[in-house]
Amino acid sequence: MALINLTSITKYYEMGSQVVRALDGIDITVKKNDYLAFIGSSGSGKSTMLNILGCLDKPTSGQYLLNDKNVEALNQNELSQIRNLEIGFIFQSFNLLPRANALSNVMQPLIYRNIGLRQRKQMAMEALSRVGLTDRIDHLPNQLSGGQRQRVAIARALVTHPSILLADEPTGNLDSRTTVEIMQLFDELHKEGHTLIVVTHENEIAQHCQRIVEMKDGKIFNDSRTEKDSMRVAV
Amino acid sequence: MFFAFFESSRSALAAIYANRLRSFLTTLGIIIGVASVIAVVSVTGGMSAFIGDSFASLGANSLTIQSYTPFEDLMKGIRSRLTPADLELIEKRGVGIASITPVLEANRSSQIKYGPQTAYSLIMGTTYAYQEVSQSYTQVGRFLAQSDNLTRRRVAVIGEDVRENLNLPENPINEYVELSGEWFKIVGLLESLGDVMGQSRDNVVLVPYSTMVSILGNQAQTDIGIQLSLTPTANLDVVISQLTTLLRNAHDLSSNEDDDFRIQTAEQLMEQFDQILGTLTMVIGGIVSISLLVGGIGIMNIMLVSVTERTREIGICKAIGAKSHHILMQFLIEALLLSLLGGLIGLATGYGLGILIANNIPDFPPPSIPLWSIALALGFSGFVGVLFGILPAAKAAKLDPIDALRYE
Ligand SMILES: Nc1ncnc2c1ncn2[C@@H]1O[C@H](COP(=O)(O)OP(=O)(O)O)[C@@H](O)[C@H]1O
Ligand SMILES: [Mg+2]
Repeated sequence: MALINLTSITKYYEMGSQVVRALDGIDITVKKNDYLAFIGSSGSGKSTMLNILGCLDKPTSGQYLLNDKNVEALNQNELSQIRNLEIGFIFQSFNLLPRANALSNVMQPLIYRNIGLRQRKQMAMEALSRVGLTDRIDHLPNQLSGGQRQRVAIARALVTHPSILLADEPTGNLDSRTTVEIMQLFDELHKEGHTLIVVTHENEIAQHCQRIVEMKDGKIFNDSRTEKDSMRVAV
Repeated sequence: MFFAFFESSRSALAAIYANRLRSFLTTLGIIIGVASVIAVVSVTGGMSAFIGDSFASLGANSLTIQSYTPFEDLMKGIRSRLTPADLELIEKRGVGIASITPVLEANRSSQIKYGPQTAYSLIMGTTYAYQEVSQSYTQVGRFLAQSDNLTRRRVAVIGEDVRENLNLPENPINEYVELSGEWFKIVGLLESLGDVMGQSRDNVVLVPYSTMVSILGNQAQTDIGIQLSLTPTANLDVVISQLTTLLRNAHDLSSNEDDDFRIQTAEQLMEQFDQILGTLTMVIGGIVSISLLVGGIGIMNIMLVSVTERTREIGICKAIGAKSHHILMQFLIEALLLSLLGGLIGLATGYGLGILIANNIPDFPPPSIPLWSIALALGFSGFVGVLFGILPAAKAAKLDPIDALRYE
């Protein structure tokens, strides 16, 4: 069953008299437990793609089915609910709440599900221990290193048990050693059954995934399987 | 919804605390507004209870008659007067009157001297009947006697303050003081009456009415006041209407002319006082509303700044599932808490001010805050917070998540 199905998705921005085609006719299907990388040069439309997949943004035209449900007809509040239930976002700049400590940041999405403090704490602690960050839970984001912040952000994405994890250049602000650690964490999450979509412009990172979708000028230019995938299939 | 509400309040408090100086300055308008209303209410509250007591001690069955000049006549230079002839008329023809006395006051406080000491005091010319009418008795010596008036004796009964101000001995009887260049012998010292509205009632010198008339000179110009007390069986309304008829006839007023005098009971005096107090409260209420309005605008302004500053946070919250009402609630609660905190600080400050005022004026009654004023102050500041918080909160709730996340 297809988790995500996009048909003829476009996203146009009107900049004065000029029209920017950030997405220009995208057809793609993502299955459960896919591990997919969008790759391409800057400005090729990767982030726009991910924002639409994450129901943060709406396409100009085309059809988006998420879990066979048409997302187009939904209003802002219904989209919020979808994001809360189905989507886990991981951003390049972490996007943690600056005045909330690590634990509170991870608990935050659960507030919108009206879950009590005790259960919120328990779920958040589970997520934090999953990313290996149980000793810094009372630290504010600015008291944590980049890698630790991204772990908190990943825990926040995991805590709601979403259908898909979406990561937009998750290692873009990290050094090479931390990058490896985070990508290993992604690999593990994939093995545990999560569906992951990662946006990157580094081929090395894309090689962690099973499937690489190359984008250029808002179009899908190439969609291929990696060795990792063939290895797994071989096994 | 409950947990979201609880968390919103908590994070609102955290946000207020994180910007404590800014929050404080923002709520200053509310603080000043509430503090002034509470200070005024607490002081006037204590005062009117006290005044009520003092008027009651004045005697419910006493009347004061004074001349009354309408404003238009005052502009034309016409002045209504009550004359000794009016007094005589009432003495002769009035019904149900137990005692009656003229009161002739000097226009302003006059100089009294004792040895090298000089003081200023209210000089009143009156008769022995004043004692009963105004319930003021001597602690030492005697009151003015009828014979003092008949022979225009130069004697004086003084209040406690006058004795102190002039450094007179504990027993000032038979000492001489100088009044308008004449020497007066002190025959009595009044019991202390205390203060009304911070004004001493003991800074008085009573002299015989006839003596006062001769000191003031031109008797034809004098405008006297008349105080009288009623017999226990007399009906107040009947006495008033009879006196009105007497005086109207004496003053040759035709039926279409208004009274040129006022007959007032202690109760009416109190009502008048209450009216003044009410007006004062209203004026201050107006000032307070303006300052609350300004305070509210201050809160709105800072909340708008706050929304802009936290645009990215709003984007984050929306990205992880916050709905519009979550964001709306967050900012509305923050505005509400901000102004409620201002209200509470204002309440404490106002009460402190009330105590300060009361303590600094001798014999001033202690301040009292009625519960309704606390409820009103907090209710009103909460209302202001919500009212002026709506616009910024709605602005925050309406933000598009993608735009908010992109905001630098
Ligand atoms: N809000 C916007 N307004 C106008 N143009 C935009 C906006 N967002 C993206 N674009 C344009 O769309 C194109 C794709 O952008 P983006 O998806 O961010 O690319 P990438 O993430 O691959 O670098 C770019 O040309 C960019 O300038
Ligand atoms: Mg991008």
